[in-house]
Amino acid sequence: MPYSTEFLLSAYRTMKTIREFEERCVKEFEGGNIPGFTHVSNGQEAIAVAACIDLSDKDIIGSTHRGHGHCIAKGCDVGGMMKEIMGRATGLCKGKGGSMHIADIDKGMLGANAIVGGGPPLVNGAALAAKTLGTKNVALSFNGDGSANQGTVFEAMNLAVVLKLPHVFVYENNGYAEGTAANYGVGSNSLTDRNAGFGMPAECVDGLDFFATYEVLKTATERARNGGGPTAIEAMCVRFDGHFIGDPQLYRGKDEIKNARKNQDCLKIFRERVIAEGWLKAAAMNAIDKEVMVEIETAVVDALAAPHPDPATDLMSDVYCSY
Amino acid sequence: MTNHSNNPTIGGKTSMKTIREAINDALREEMRRDPTVIILGEEVSGGAGCDGEDDAYGGVFGVTKGLMPEFGRERVIDTPISEAAIIGAAAGAANNGLRPVAELMFFDFIGVSFDQIFNQAAKFRYMFGGKSKTPMVIRGTVGGGWRAGAQHSSMLHSIVTHVAGLKVVMPANAYDAKGLMVQAIRDDDPVIFLEHKVMYDIACEVPDEQYSIPFGEASFPRQGNDVTIVAISNMVTHAITVADILAEEGIGCDVIDPRTVSPLDHEAILESVEVTGRLVIIDEGNPRCGLATDIAGIVAEHGFYSLKAPILTVTAPHTPVPFAPELEDAYLPNAEKLMVAVREVLAAGRSGA
Repeated sequence: MPYSTEFLLSAYRTMKTIREFEERCVKEFEGGNIPGFTHVSNGQEAIAVAACIDLSDKDIIGSTHRGHGHCIAKGCDVGGMMKEIMGRATGLCKGKGGSMHIADIDKGMLGANAIVGGGPPLVNGAALAAKTLGTKNVALSFNGDGSANQGTVFEAMNLAVVLKLPHVFVYENNGYAEGTAANYGVGSNSLTDRNAGFGMPAECVDGLDFFATYEVLKTATERARNGGGPTAIEAMCVRFDGHFIGDPQLYRGKDEIKNARKNQDCLKIFRERVIAEGWLKAAAMNAIDKEVMVEIETAVVDALAAPHPDPATDLMSDVYCSY
Repeated sequence: MTNHSNNPTIGGKTSMKTIREAINDALREEMRRDPTVIILGEEVSGGAGCDGEDDAYGGVFGVTKGLMPEFGRERVIDTPISEAAIIGAAAGAANNGLRPVAELMFFDFIGVSFDQIFNQAAKFRYMFGGKSKTPMVIRGTVGGGWRAGAQHSSMLHSIVTHVAGLKVVMPANAYDAKGLMVQAIRDDDPVIFLEHKVMYDIACEVPDEQYSIPFGEASFPRQGNDVTIVAISNMVTHAITVADILAEEGIGCDVIDPRTVSPLDHEAILESVEVTGRLVIIDEGNPRCGLATDIAGIVAEHGFYSLKAPILTVTAPHTPVPFAPELEDAYLPNAEKLMVAVREVLAAGRSGA
């Protein structure tokens, strides 16, 4: 067996946690318990987990506005996240960040980022710090097929190559930049060919296949850790929900989402594979399913009961270290 | 007369230094003291990948000259012309154990990097619930007078002063430049450090040892009881000129140089106006939503009953910076324009308190 049981159970548990967290966010949003805009990543779980499962808290990731899955995969506390998304004082960021700005520096999570393309230049900085301080840590940025067209991302890729930074660029290509198709917005038609043009190894992988994605990312991460510089990985995937919760998704084809949930579900694909290979038993994963449901239920109940921030003390704090 | 003193005397040896040399000193000594301090930007050394001389520029104004030969290219990093990538790398590195000093060759280039400044670096700490710190410095050259045209001459301090989460520093002499740069590097928040490009060769006595000047404390290059003049950066030069001329006429100008515009020393300005009752603000920025109107607003709100005359402002007009010498000279505030305003405010309004 090429993977340890512990590894497989951990991967499954994290993917399932993301799935249930996101599905529950939709429900809580629709129930009026989540203010603002929320973008969920259900359907894309395999990439987040494949990218983060081997990383330590000292390795840094930068995320996107669709960042819940990346946070969970990087080890952020699910309860703290739910509180944050509901704007509570005991949330991961004291309710000052929200869904689009969740961060947890202690876990090496440099933040979701509500500016499309905002993250990669910053993740270069984390990589530069690792290189300068000689820590052997790596940095990894999540991007979408949308941010792939931002100038900041081009600049970040070029600088990463010039300075040979330990930065893995992950492109989650779910086919849609908000409501515009990637095959319209990416002029070159191939992100991977374009990424290779920056002078770094670039590969495209089936992001629904956890194992294939894990293997290419493992190679990329090891290359970065060993001083080999940046890599760009494009992972093809499917977004089960809209750009934001409540998006009517009129731009998507008839039955597209229904078919995706049936035939392009990375969790189902994972289960079928590990059972077929004889690596895990269905019962073990069913047990995890039950535990995850309890964990998410607890996170929601606790978050709904959590205190709201107090404007008298919380509005003006945390702007500066000193002023 | 206000109670604030001028720069405290630092013991030990001093040397005549230009602003350029003073900033270079501050950077060099901080880099020697703290291995996490790095410099990055375009041509901060110069010559990367070229066949000719290393350290060919030391920054286009020569401010970082000699640092790469001492600290190496790993700590004095020449970057591609990619301002968003420069600022982003500095901000990300600052969150991960370094104290980067990033250079924007001309501060006008915030246009292509502003997202990384105001949406990212400035907001990290707040968005992350106080968990992060971003100890970075962004150095940039500002101001007109070099016939450099509209895209290399702007005075954009008001734009960054507007942004919560940033500190904004604008030294007007070599002594302040060194002490404020040391503070900027040691500070745990993102600091915008704006250097006026016509001032680099202006010299004064500067202590050889390292010292820091706290942010938010104004200095008082001239003191007097008749009129308050608030000036920043190169405008301090004009304020001193006017104050010295009027001193010969027996008129005392209280010249206040805030040195940092975020945080701003409100108290120094309000206390001075309480004594003088008359206020002129000179600012090289454009007039709308600028530093001059900001200070005028603060005094109108908190010092209204001290005023004996309307507050006057002397600023650039509401235009881009022009190229032709006649036009740029007409654009820039100067001592003559300030003198007209000061005499007007002295003549206007109620006499006596």
